[in-house]
This record gives sequence, C-alpha cells and structure tokens, in this order.
Amino acid sequence: MTTSKPRVGLFVTCLVDFFRPTVGFSAVKLLEDAGCEVSVPPAQTCCGQPAYNSGDRAGARALAEQVIALFEGFDHVVIPSGSCAGMIKVHYPNLFSGEPAWQLRAERLASKTHELTSFLVDVLGAAPMLVAWEGTATYHDSCSGLRELGVKAQPRHLLSAVDGLAVREMRDPEACCGFGGAFCVKYDEISNAIVDRKATDVRATGADLLLSGDLGCLLNIAGKLKREGSKVEVRHVAEVLAGMTSGPAIGEGRK
Amino acid sequence: MSGSLTSSSFPKNASAALANPPLLKAIAHIEETLVSGRRRAVDALPEFEALRDAGRDIKAHTLKHIDLYLETFERKVVEAGGFVHWAADAAEANRIILEICQATGAHRVTKGKSMITEEVGLNAFLKENGITPVETDLGEYIIQLRGETPSHIIAPAVHVNKEQVAADFRRAHADLDPTRNLDEPVSLLAEARGVLRERFLSADVGITGANFLVAETGSTVIVTNEGNGDLTQILPKTHIVLASIEKVVPTLEDVATIMRLLARSATGQEMSVYTTFSTGPRRADDPDGPEAFHVVLLDNGRSAMLGSEFEDMLRCIRCGACINHCPVYRSIGGHAYGSVYPGPMGSVLTPSLQGLEKSAHLANASTLCGRCESVCPMRIPLPKMLRHWREKEFERHLTPKKARFGLAAWRFLAARPRLYGVATRLAAWSLARLAGKDGALGQVPLAGGWTRWRDLPAPEGGTFRTEWAKRGRK
Repeated sequence: MTTSKPRVGLFVTCLVDFFRPTVGFSAVKLLEDAGCEVSVPPAQTCCGQPAYNSGDRAGARALAEQVIALFEGFDHVVIPSGSCAGMIKVHYPNLFSGEPAWQLRAERLASKTHELTSFLVDVLGAAPMLVAWEGTATYHDSCSGLRELGVKAQPRHLLSAVDGLAVREMRDPEACCGFGGAFCVKYDEISNAIVDRKATDVRATGADLLLSGDLGCLLNIAGKLKREGSKVEVRHVAEVLAGMTSGPAIGEGRK
Repeated sequence: MSGSLTSSSFPKNASAALANPPLLKAIAHIEETLVSGRRRAVDALPEFEALRDAGRDIKAHTLKHIDLYLETFERKVVEAGGFVHWAADAAEANRIILEICQATGAHRVTKGKSMITEEVGLNAFLKENGITPVETDLGEYIIQLRGETPSHIIAPAVHVNKEQVAADFRRAHADLDPTRNLDEPVSLLAEARGVLRERFLSADVGITGANFLVAETGSTVIVTNEGNGDLTQILPKTHIVLASIEKVVPTLEDVATIMRLLARSATGQEMSVYTTFSTGPRRADDPDGPEAFHVVLLDNGRSAMLGSEFEDMLRCIRCGACINHCPVYRSIGGHAYGSVYPGPMGSVLTPSLQGLEKSAHLANASTLCGRCESVCPMRIPLPKMLRHWREKEFERHLTPKKARFGLAAWRFLAARPRLYGVATRLAAWSLARLAGKDGALGQVPLAGGWTRWRDLPAPEGGTFRTEWAKRGRK
C-alpha cells in the first residue's frame, strides 16, 4: 500500500541545489529505498541561515515563513545537511517569539525536521543499502549537525555496513573546518588557517576518502585539499551510502 | 604585539598574527596542555555534566537576586571589620583604589593576577599617579616587563616562548649574572621568584581580584597555582580586592560546587594549587594578615546586562575553556582581538564594555561552531549571544555596505523562487563551463576571499531542481 508510506519532503538545500545535485539524488535514493514517498517542493530556495547569521532577523524570518508554508504538510522533512536542519529545528521557533500562531507552526515543523543520516537511523531504523566502496574513509563531524542535533554515531553506523570500507578517525574530527558561511570570505585568512589544520588532519589519516554530511564544509575542505594538490577524494556521505559514486568527487575533474 | 591594538583593526591584527611564526608556535601548545588537560579531567568525573547544570543554576539564581546577595555580602564584610566601596565604572574604581593607597602612604604595591584590574586599566592609572604596581603572577610579571597586556585570561603570557622570557629577564634584572643559565622554565621561575620575593616583603598594599565573593560570610576567594596571591594579600598592611558584582555567590557550599568546575575547565586540574579565602582584616589572634581589608565592587556596565539578552554572560567564571577551544583564537592568539578579554567570552563582553561601534568585528569573527558553548562549565549560550550582537549591528546599520547590499540582493532572489531558479541555473552552468574538465576553479570573479586560499569546486552543471524536473518528478 503506497498510501501507508511516510511522506517525506526533501529540502535539498541551496548549496546542494547549486553545486552538487548528486547529493540530492543520493538522498532521494536512500529515502525511497527505506520505504518513503519523497517529494521535492519546487519553490524551495534557502532556509534563511545566511540572513540569520548576519543579524538580519527580518530577512531570515521572511524565508522561514516560505519554508514553513512549503513543508508543513509532510509527515517528515529531511535535509542532507546538519546546518540547515539545525536552522529549522533549533532556530526557527526563536525567530517567531512573541507570535504564537507562527511559533506553533515553526515548532511543529521543527519537530518533524531531520538531518538525513539521523532520520535514516533514529527515525526509520532503516537497514543500510547494500553498497560497496573499496578503501579507507575519514569522517568530518560538521559543527551544527554535531552540536545542535547530536549527529555523530548515525553516519558512522551507516558507513559500517558499506562493503570494503574502513573508517579511520582523524585527530580531532569535531574541530570546525573554518567554513562558517560568510565567515570564510569575510575573514578569509583566519578561515584559511583553520581549514589548513583540518586538511593536515585529513591527510595524516592516510585515508583516500573524506566524508561529511554538510556540503559547506565539504566545499571548503575539498577546495583546500585540491589547492594543496592532494589526491584525497571528497564526497557527501549520502553519495557513498547510496552507491552514487560513479561521477567525479567534489572538486575533481571529469576524466 | 601588545595592548596597543584595537578591535576596529581586527582583520589587520589577525593578518599580522598569522604572519608571526613564534606566536603561532606558542599558541599551538594550548592543544596539548589546556585542551587535553580538560578532556582528561572531565572524562575522569562522571558527574561533570550534572555539575555544569548545578553551576549554571547557582549563578542564574544569584543573578535573579543579585541586589540581596550583594547587600548581604557588604554587611558581612563590614561585620568582619572590612570596608566595601561601590564603583559604577572604571574611573571610579581606579580613584577609590588610588585614594586608599594614598591614605596609607603606600609606595610599593604588589598585585595578584586579576583581569578586572586590566579591564579598568589600573596599572596605567596608578603609574600616572606615581605608584608602580608589581605584578606577582609569573605570566603577568613577564608581560609587565614586556609592556604587553595579557593575551589569555588565565595564561596571560601564553603567546611568549621561554627564549623570549630569558631575554626579558636579562634586560630587566640589573643584578642578573650574565653567565647564569636560563634555558629551562624552572631556572626562569627561580630567577623570577628571587626578584619577586623582595617585592612581596617590602609591599605596603596588595591588590588582588576575586574568583568568588561569598555572601553568607563576606569572604573573597582567589585561586592561584603559584601562591603569589597569598603573599600579595597577607604580607602588606593593606589588602584591596577589586571584583565585579557578578562574582557573588550565596554560600560557601556554592563555592565548593563551582570550584569543582573551574580548574577542570581551565587547566584540567582537579583544583588549583592554592585556594585562598579572605574574611576581613587580621584578627587579634591571627598569626598574620593585613591590617586593613577593602573590597571594591565594580559594575562597569554589568547591571545593564541584567534582564537583557546578555544576562547569561554574567554567569561566566573566567575559566578560559571557550578561548582554548575556539578555532579563531587558536589561529591568531589573544592580542589580535584588541580587547581586554579575547576569544568567545571576550567577543560577547567587549561590545558592552567599549561599544559596538568599535568592536563589531569581534562578533562576526566567529564560525559559530558552538564548541565554546559545548565546553562552557556555566552553559553560557555564547554563539547565540554573538548572533545577538550581529543583530544589533544590523539594526543600527553598522554592517558594512557591501555585505548589506549582498545580503539584500540574495534575500530578494531567495524570496522569488522562479527568478532564483533562473539565476542559479545560469550561474551554475557558467561556473561549470568556466571550470571545463577541471572540476575546480582557481580564480572566480567576486570570490577572491575564497580562491585566494583554496580552489572553488565547480558545480556539476544543472541545478538539482532542474534535473529533478527533467526526470518528471515532483
């Protein structure tokens, strides 16, 4: 019975939409394989985090209204990003303090919004897909996913089922990569010093693959590794879990 | 680098710090000392998280009734034979302290380590008035010789290496035998100890800060690792404590609870080496102690934080854990902030102390990674408060024009999904074309801040929403 399937609205995120559609398709594959009916509301743009973190509360609020209206009808909202999921789950309700009607809608949306790997493991308890990757990966914990949503064990649990894949932890996987949204261009020298430490830690593991659950971090670290001439492949964790790894990695050229 | 840097030149200060290899080497030690020390101490104490809740609750309760606890504290100090002075701001605190020194005819003043005296600029003020205080904490002593300010609230000389200290001692200590070996930290310590011992014995007034003010007993409490605080407050005839009002806690029991968090969060010690309680001047049957005991209670903007979105900041116990775990501080050190207090706690406090106009960079110079909040023993929501400052900056139109314009343009597009779709499709396609087979771009117009240091991974080509629609999906 298709009607009994959980109806999931996929918030693809502006970065995935722009830079790496493969992550979106991987998320769809993982969700459908786990028995969900997936929709992608076409009018979605951005969760409003850039405005929120720049102090533009009104701007963030306007976009939050747009997201709430688009997604409140689903059973679940799933996002392949800890950062954007944290924005909706943790910060949306604060944006509407003093407006009970909107706040209630924001809280309801928050309660059914999930980061992708957390949704697969904590909500669905889904069996991992049967996929393979031959090699060693290291996993970067993105800050918002880790500290706002408690995403830590879930992606590692899912990766442990990938045939042929070993995970080797880096020195400090919970250290920020230095992306920080606008921070990385506003204070680019400091951002560079931070991502330089992260790239050094990644290389020190000897892993041939770097994974994470947030495209912002991945673009930053991949960009740094690429500039240094490193051969480490960088991918969103969803790509490996869904077995959608035939295309070039992040920042990698076409063969 | 020294205290001459300002917060408004933060980006320039940061550049200079990043081009200073000895500084970077010195601050890199924070990882293997303070950060791993804290981790070990916290892992060894199963109730640490529960203690954080208890500590937060004690401070939150005290702040709700701070008038009551401060008045009780004052009464108890007076009952013990001490004096309490209320200072609304830095100038008033400095004037009160100078008057006490002048009234006792003091020539020699020793000081225990105190960030609050840095906040009011006490050393410079006393010096202008003919009294040169001697710092007795080793780190403070070193930076005093160097004419610098602390670059960290608990490790003021963390930016200095031992070779620099040896050179400073050879320059400043006139009697120092040139052949004396100063290669090791322990020989540096012995040299400083010898010089400071004389200063302790000849001091007329000792000035310390306080980690706690205890309402039920009228006691002030300091924690140190060198014992210099005890010598500063016990040997001179007059002991002056300068403390900000939020240091008050109701009971000794509360001190005991928060003490279990303080040293573990700061250095990874279970307790600091010395914990010293001062309750009034020397009593008739006391073996030692000062003849006069003064407490100067400083507000300096704190009562204005009560009831505001920054009230939680007043729970801060100055352990420095947020600083030690901050990726930005760890990249540039403390002086670049151009403020008395560096790191996340400093970036929240400084705009209250020196005005947002001069310090707007500080709240923005954060990735909001949240590690500060995750290690804060008082569970202060530091990222949330940094964001509050960004909101105030935006409200007051202090945000730089370029950033404001960019934000407005993006906001315009993001609120118009069709237009956004067209614009992003075009931009993604152009960037992918520009990258060609390479998959990454070394240079991109308008993205210099990014491509100066790293490549920009190219978009795959079509946006997700276009590709999705092409497949006939909804």
